[in-house]
Order: sequence, then C-alpha cells, then structure tokens
Amino acid sequence: MNEYTIPILFGVIAGTLARIYMFRTDYRQYPTYPHGMIIHLALGFIAASLGALVVPSIMEQEFTAVTFLTLAASQFREVRNMERKTLTEMDSLELVPRGASYIEGIAVTFEGRNYLVIFISFVTSFAYLALNVWAGFIAAFLAFLVAKKYMTGSKLGKIATIEQKEVTFDGPGLYVDNIYIMNIGIPARQKEILQHGLGFIISPKNFDARMTIGNLGQRQAILHDLAISMGVYRDSGTPALVPLIKRDLDDGRIGVFILPQNKNVNLAMKVISQVPTLENAIRMPTETKEKESDES
Amino acid sequence: MKLEKAILATVTLSINKAPVGANVFVCESEEEMDGVAADLEAILDGIAHKLSNGVYIIVKH
Repeated sequence: MNEYTIPILFGVIAGTLARIYMFRTDYRQYPTYPHGMIIHLALGFIAASLGALVVPSIMEQEFTAVTFLTLAASQFREVRNMERKTLTEMDSLELVPRGASYIEGIAVTFEGRNYLVIFISFVTSFAYLALNVWAGFIAAFLAFLVAKKYMTGSKLGKIATIEQKEVTFDGPGLYVDNIYIMNIGIPARQKEILQHGLGFIISPKNFDARMTIGNLGQRQAILHDLAISMGVYRDSGTPALVPLIKRDLDDGRIGVFILPQNKNVNLAMKVISQVPTLENAIRMPTETKEKESDES
Repeated sequence: MKLEKAILATVTLSINKAPVGANVFVCESEEEMDGVAADLEAILDGIAHKLSNGVYIIVKH
C-alpha cells in the first residue's frame, strides 16, 4: 500500500460502478446475454483502471506511462468490432432485423461508454489526489451526471410527431392513411392484415428531420424496436406479413405498417417515440444552406 | 441461387392474359384463383400480388 493505492481503487470503483449503471436492459433488449455482460463489465473494469492510473503516473513524473492510453484506444476499438460482428451475425436470424445502421450505432455506443468510464475514473482519482476524499465523491457524482447526459442520445419523439392511422385496402393496394405500402392479392390475407395490422404516420417536425426519418437504417430501427416490444405476427416464409415503412415523397411523412402480437396502440406510440435517432441517420440540410448564404 | 424480385408463378382465368415464361396456372373461377394463389404463396415463400387485370403473380422479394 502506498499513497496512491486508495485513490486508484476509488477511481476504479467509481468507473466500474458507472459502467454497471450504464447497463440498462431496456425495451431494446440488449444486452440480455449474461456472458456478453461479463465481457463488458471486465472491459469496463480495465477502462476504469486505466483512467485511475493516469494522475498517479503524472504525479510520479512517469510521462511515458500515459502512452498506455493509446493502447486502450485500440483495445476498445476492438470492442466495437466485436459487437458489430456478433450483432450482424445474429441479425440474419431475427424476424425483423435491426439493420446495419442500428448495429453500427450500438457498437459505437459500446466503444464510447468505455471512454466515458476512463473519463469518470480519471476525474475521480484526480479530485481525490488533488484535494481529498470528499472532493473525490463530488467529482464522481458530477462525472456521473455528465456521463448520463452524453450516454442518452436523441429520441425520435423529439424530431417527429406520431399518430395512429387506419390500415385500409384500395383493391389489392394496402394503405396507411394515404401512403401506399404494398400489394396484397389474396382476400384471406387482406382480412388477416385488417384484423391484426396497425398503422402509424410519423410526420417530421422540420426539414432536417425529414431526411433523418427517411433514412432506411432509421426506418429499420423503428420496425425492429416495434417488433421487439410488441411482438410480431409473422413467421419465416411469410413475406406478405413483413412490417414495412414507406415514405410520402411530397411531405416526407413515413407510414409504418406492422402486425403486432400485442395490439396496444398507446404502447406502440410510446415505443416509436422512444426509438433512438441513429447518429448516422442524422442529416442537416438546412445547416448547409445557411453556410452557403453566409459566403455569398 | 438467390432470386431477387422474380415472378415465380402466375394464376389467371384466361391463358391470354398470362405472361410468357412464368409458370402459369389457369383457373376456372375467382375462388379457385384465390385458393391456388394462397397455396402458391405459402409454398414458394413469396407474396401473391394482384394486378389490375385480375391476374395474380407470385413474386419473390
């Protein structure tokens, strides 16, 4: 035991606790795998140790020791690859797949959370060493708040409004409100769809949101989250029952068509509004326009 | 071989309205057509689409 042992342990514990806190198995049902969770806990512990070690090594004037952080960076990039690979492989076996964009979003989040853990344990051990143990507690608490803010991204409910609309047939054409979804020929199938189907219209609140919800990856994420939370009335080899989202080209609204197991409209609307807006689906065409007009 | 967007079969009341090249099932009544189309949809894992002239096509998406 030396003068750094307790502060380092303090930082490591704060970081690891933060990582545990960031695990929230919510409606998106990931991670639900106990072993996957252990992997991430172990990595979180390693990240916390790295973060806590930074300050003591600087205080001991061991500046080269800080280069191990670069090692950490490459290590956690590996985490992203691992997540991406696992999820992509499992995706082909889902009744309603997540889609590549959603998977990438999840993988990036897993990588990013490890850096947040490094940050938290760094701040905590720094405050402890620079001031005292109470400063350590306060720093840990503040770092938690910062992490919480950056951990949760934007939600679909913020950029778009959601309303339920009737699912109707015009001849063989299936419509949600006035948006054409697909052609279903057999009358028995049509009946099944009218009985089980739910339709929603998602209207963008502004022009930027129009591009974001038009993104195919974002649309797949909506369908996946809906299917996970509401169940889905389909099986392999029934392409006619696949949930679909189509776009109204005129105003950018999208029509969601799904056959849920649980036909609870309010829950479905809540789920849609809680779908994360994927980082790689966010587009801001209006920003471009403003910049151009500045130059001219 | 993986098929994408291919007409697997056609169900029709009149052979004159069927496309050349797809497997054509000529039926005698609307009911028979619905039934045959439903069977084919289940067997072929495709979707039975109805065209405006009343012909069913089973399409793999």
